Amino acid sequence: MDTIQINHLRELEAESIFVIREVAAQFENPVMLFSGGKDSIVMFHLAMKAFWPAKIPFPMMHIDTGHNFQETLDYRDRLMSETGTKLIVASVQESIDQGRVTEEKGVNASRNKLQTTTLLDAIESNKFDAAMGGGRRDEEKARAKERFFSHRDEFGQWDPKNQRPELWNLFNGRKHMGEHFRVFPISNWTEMDVWQYIYMEQIDLPSLYFTHKRKVFNRDGVWMAIAPYMQLKPNEVIEEREVRCRTIGDITCTGLSLSMANTLEEIIHEVASTRTTERGGRADDKRSESAMEDRKKEGYF
Amino acid sequence: MGKESGYLDMELLRFTTAGSVDDGKSTLIGRLLYDSKAIFDDQMDAIEKASERAGNEDVNLALLTDGLKAEREQGITIDVAYRYFATPKRKFIIADTPGHIQYTRNMVTGASTANMALILVDARHGVLEQTLRHAYIASLLQIPHIIVCVNKMDLVDYSEEYFEKIKNDLEDVSSKLSVKDVRYVPISALKGDNVVDRSNNMDWYQGPTLMYLLENIHIGSDINTEDFRFPVQYVVRPQSKDFPDYRGYAGRIASGKVSVGDKVTVLPSGFSSVIKSIDLYKDTYKRAVAPQSVTITLEDDIDISRGDMLVGDVKTPKVGQDIDVMICWFNEKNLVPRGKYVIRHTSTEARCLVKEVNFKMNINTLEKEPVDKEIKMNDVARISIRTTKPLFYDSYNRNRTTGSLILIDEATNETVATGMIV
Repeated sequence: MDTIQINHLRELEAESIFVIREVAAQFENPVMLFSGGKDSIVMFHLAMKAFWPAKIPFPMMHIDTGHNFQETLDYRDRLMSETGTKLIVASVQESIDQGRVTEEKGVNASRNKLQTTTLLDAIESNKFDAAMGGGRRDEEKARAKERFFSHRDEFGQWDPKNQRPELWNLFNGRKHMGEHFRVFPISNWTEMDVWQYIYMEQIDLPSLYFTHKRKVFNRDGVWMAIAPYMQLKPNEVIEEREVRCRTIGDITCTGLSLSMANTLEEIIHEVASTRTTERGGRADDKRSESAMEDRKKEGYF
Repeated sequence: MGKESGYLDMELLRFTTAGSVDDGKSTLIGRLLYDSKAIFDDQMDAIEKASERAGNEDVNLALLTDGLKAEREQGITIDVAYRYFATPKRKFIIADTPGHIQYTRNMVTGASTANMALILVDARHGVLEQTLRHAYIASLLQIPHIIVCVNKMDLVDYSEEYFEKIKNDLEDVSSKLSVKDVRYVPISALKGDNVVDRSNNMDWYQGPTLMYLLENIHIGSDINTEDFRFPVQYVVRPQSKDFPDYRGYAGRIASGKVSVGDKVTVLPSGFSSVIKSIDLYKDTYKRAVAPQSVTITLEDDIDISRGDMLVGDVKTPKVGQDIDVMICWFNEKNLVPRGKYVIRHTSTEARCLVKEVNFKMNINTLEKEPVDKEIKMNDVARISIRTTKPLFYDSYNRNRTTGSLILIDEATNETVATGMIV
């Protein structure tokens, strides 16, 4: 019997490339969201594979909160120039300056939620009809019911109770004027799959993912990086620790892990033995039980 | 680094579970996730707190799978939820679907990509209407493997008779359905008997545990490995200095395999050519197999675009506009007899006319009913359609990719039905 089996990473890769190509074929003006985190880096790599030897036929867009790790920005700019990819930066600071959103106040102030407005404005002003994101279903319980092709109405809203059924690999990207789609090519990947794939493909990552010395402080059990716009509570002390990022987002809500892992192999071992989810360090998800679902309904990533 | 290379050898198995709140499905999934360490401490903390708030005595593992606010409030699963876990042998994707009749469409959705279906039967209640419905959907969607988990064996004193009765009843049914591989396992999801570890309470059962089956059932030949089908998804034309004349056809191999030097036919034009290269990024392959995504170049310069298909020259697909389809209706708006819909099939989009509704299937009794009523949400029926242009297709039984399609409402753009070509 002629049996055929490709390993699970190659099968996930094939599925994601299929989805990305489907977006390029079905939409007139798609965009891929790029945050500089490992998930968007993997998604970018898959897009390179999907269209090689041609360039990626759509731009990347970074929703920039202004609260970035410098390493992420350096990595982003280098990657875009080396591959000749167009980058659009949509700035939360501009949304604040234009009065579209108001900055949160207090010690836990974050621009995370404000990104939604900037994102929706950028989608509208650039007339994007599909925005690909690196969301994965294993990240959070509201994401577990997300489709590959997720329909958004003219207000950018997600209606979880009225999602289009999605069967086999037949994706229905038809829409009315003013509506758009969010597409999640790596829906079926887990955190472990992402790391194993990075290892298998030897994908270059920002140095933040590997251990380094950094000035940090501990807030509610989570290690946070110190930055000029972070306000410390009286009992919080700045100390220097060996840390690395497990996820990279806005600096005000990205928890760091105490870690000595300095190679992809060591990170994989760490991920395999860890007992909390990667979003356990994300302050944005801890706000309420349905924090993610609520943000997604409004049009968050 | 033995561990990494071991992990890289894993296979991917997609399975679906159908069942209602009471038959222990959530408990079973919770146990599989928990025993394979796919539940993390902070997730466990979150559901412990939520269980407390809801006034549950024990930690309610169902909260792990009920992700949406409405679902948690009402204590029901509305939508398909996808779950992930891995053992050293395989990565698993669970499509967890609700089992009530009003959610047939969700069961069909979950089943469409599955290699395997888990059907739960409560040992105390035996084979119910719901069990037949699940078995029928598994056979309609041609899921290659079915595992019937006879659950709650602890509540019938681990009695062999209960298990045998259910097995015999279902064997009668499955002989009428086109299901290839059915296994039966007596379990208790709550107590853990025969889920991951072998039960000490059922010496009369010598078969494998559920986890053993999940890890070891042979899935390598689930996909059609004979008929080469390559729907062209996208044409890659860099027109760059390094690749001035490169013209590649990007797509995912739907079935079969292909090698450099193979003769292929292009549909609909009927032209023949020879495979020049099979590329993916900086790798070039001598041979590629389903379900790989690749970019193919041909020796001859032929006009090919999205929606065309490259096929092998041994067994070619059918080409036609009059097609019989088993459908499951998904929309609150009933099927319109003689109505027109958009049809999506492989990488093609066309329009079609519903010429005739042949019969409706009663999925609880498995009887064919004459069509005196309307086709409404969750109904399964056989219809005849005519498409605006020829489709290149195989029967669904032979090919799950080239045999499947969806119908879309032209006004609302909603996916209103799924179709399996007869």
